[in-house]
Amino acid sequence: MLCIVCKQNQAKVHLTQIVGDKMQKVDLCEECAKNKGVNDPAGFSLADLLLGLGASQEIEKGSGGEEIKCPTCGFTQADFKKAGRLGCSECYKTFAEGLEGLLKTMHKGVRHVGKVPQALRQGRDLTSQLKQLEKRLDKAVNDEDFEQAASLRDEIKTTRDKLSQVATP
Amino acid sequence: MDLQEFLTPPSETTRRTGPHDRIVMSSRVRLARNLRGFAFPGWAKKAERIKSLESIRPAVESLPQMTNAFSQSMDNLPAIDKQILVERHLISREHAAKSAGSGLVLNKDESLCVMINEEDHLRMQALRPGLQLKQAWMTVDQVDSDLEKRLDYAFHSDIGYLTACPTNLGTGIRVSAMLHLPGLVLAEQINQIIQSVNKLSLAVRGLYGEGTEALGNVFQVSNQMTLGEAETDIVERLNKVLLQIIEHEENARVLLLEKKPKMVFNHIGRAYGILANAHSISSKEAMNLLSLMRLGVDLDHFPKVERGLIDELFIVTQPAHLQKQYSEKLAAEERDLLRADMVRERLKKVDRPNPKKNGDAGSLDKTN
Repeated sequence: MLCIVCKQNQAKVHLTQIVGDKMQKVDLCEECAKNKGVNDPAGFSLADLLLGLGASQEIEKGSGGEEIKCPTCGFTQADFKKAGRLGCSECYKTFAEGLEGLLKTMHKGVRHVGKVPQALRQGRDLTSQLKQLEKRLDKAVNDEDFEQAASLRDEIKTTRDKLSQVATP
Repeated sequence: MDLQEFLTPPSETTRRTGPHDRIVMSSRVRLARNLRGFAFPGWAKKAERIKSLESIRPAVESLPQMTNAFSQSMDNLPAIDKQILVERHLISREHAAKSAGSGLVLNKDESLCVMINEEDHLRMQALRPGLQLKQAWMTVDQVDSDLEKRLDYAFHSDIGYLTACPTNLGTGIRVSAMLHLPGLVLAEQINQIIQSVNKLSLAVRGLYGEGTEALGNVFQVSNQMTLGEAETDIVERLNKVLLQIIEHEENARVLLLEKKPKMVFNHIGRAYGILANAHSISSKEAMNLLSLMRLGVDLDHFPKVERGLIDELFIVTQPAHLQKQYSEKLAAEERDLLRADMVRERLKKVDRPNPKKNGDAGSLDKTN
């Protein structure tokens, strides 16, 4: 079995890590193991290692073999292979397909849970408020409750104004 | 402003106390953030990095939390000052290697540090002595909330805060604690602990973070996953695991004293013997021996010594701290001599260790 990093020497270091129900295996030659700091159990994280190795293949898979280039910053798959880092925030759109599998192995989930910038949160809240109000307006019109409808229309207008004020990125 | 004048002397910082500080040396929470419209620092050209630094630095400086802060561009910091910041765990090694286009803003009491254009545009971290993850999170959360009003963050509603490395995506949070675990190391249980902690998808690393050795029996435990779990849940989960590790460490110490007291006394006595009498000592050896002396202090073998003294020596025996005291450039061998001189001098008034009789539980007060 050949080392998966240099693909030249015989692999002598075999690592298996189980996180939750996912098992990951890595086979390295002694030299590469040393370079990656694998000899020191405390200073070593398999996730970091896998990121450098598996990530680029994942991204290539996502592209169907074609070279993708980020239109915003010019970052390519080859660059990712080298750096293990992306070029700009837009790269997440550019390489979205290839990244999905990678994120799945790396993280607990693939959807963000937790803090959201306040401007965005306000925008979200106002949008859902607006939807509620519009529903109630429809109902009021159907019920021919025009007094109610008029006040709802005013409320919708102020909510819309508020929404246009908060930045919606 | 000169960094040396700004920094609080280690004699003071190491006397700060916190819950469980006999095992947890410090708690840290850091957030990674990036700006929309700028390439990540690792990919951006120098001109673009300088531009993003110019927009981020004033925003950070204007934070109420950063009144009287130290703020500097990395190219204006001499290498030795950068190294001192690394030795104090205020910046990463990676950031110390940065130059033009990167910066640093550090608050007065060194509890809040923002690295600009490290791997991400912003790496902000809150530090606390002892086990205080929740407090550290609340501090850094507030800083982040204040900054988001001044800066346009790269955020995606599905995958959260966008970071240069996909391993930080989502919350961009890294919650970590630095633990002193000599008991588990001496009892040869540490690898087992590391493995179980790894299974909980938490990382265990050495003293200076990524890819470093566990010098002085000091380990860093941190979360690895940042996407799909809320910040408060991550903090809570890590806190629980840390409390368990603390318990294991305390148990290991009790058991060692019961089963192999002579082995423990031998280690501590020899550590004291070498530190108090050596005329040449490397920083690595000093750290490992100081760790054993710290254990001796915990076990009450040195009744007159406060833990702070050992923690202070941990810092001031580091290469850059040592070098800073001398104007001429020292070679490693010269540093070893000067380090030994300093440690001998500081331990002059410390009496030989005096181990209590076997099984004295009084010295293992866990109420700390």
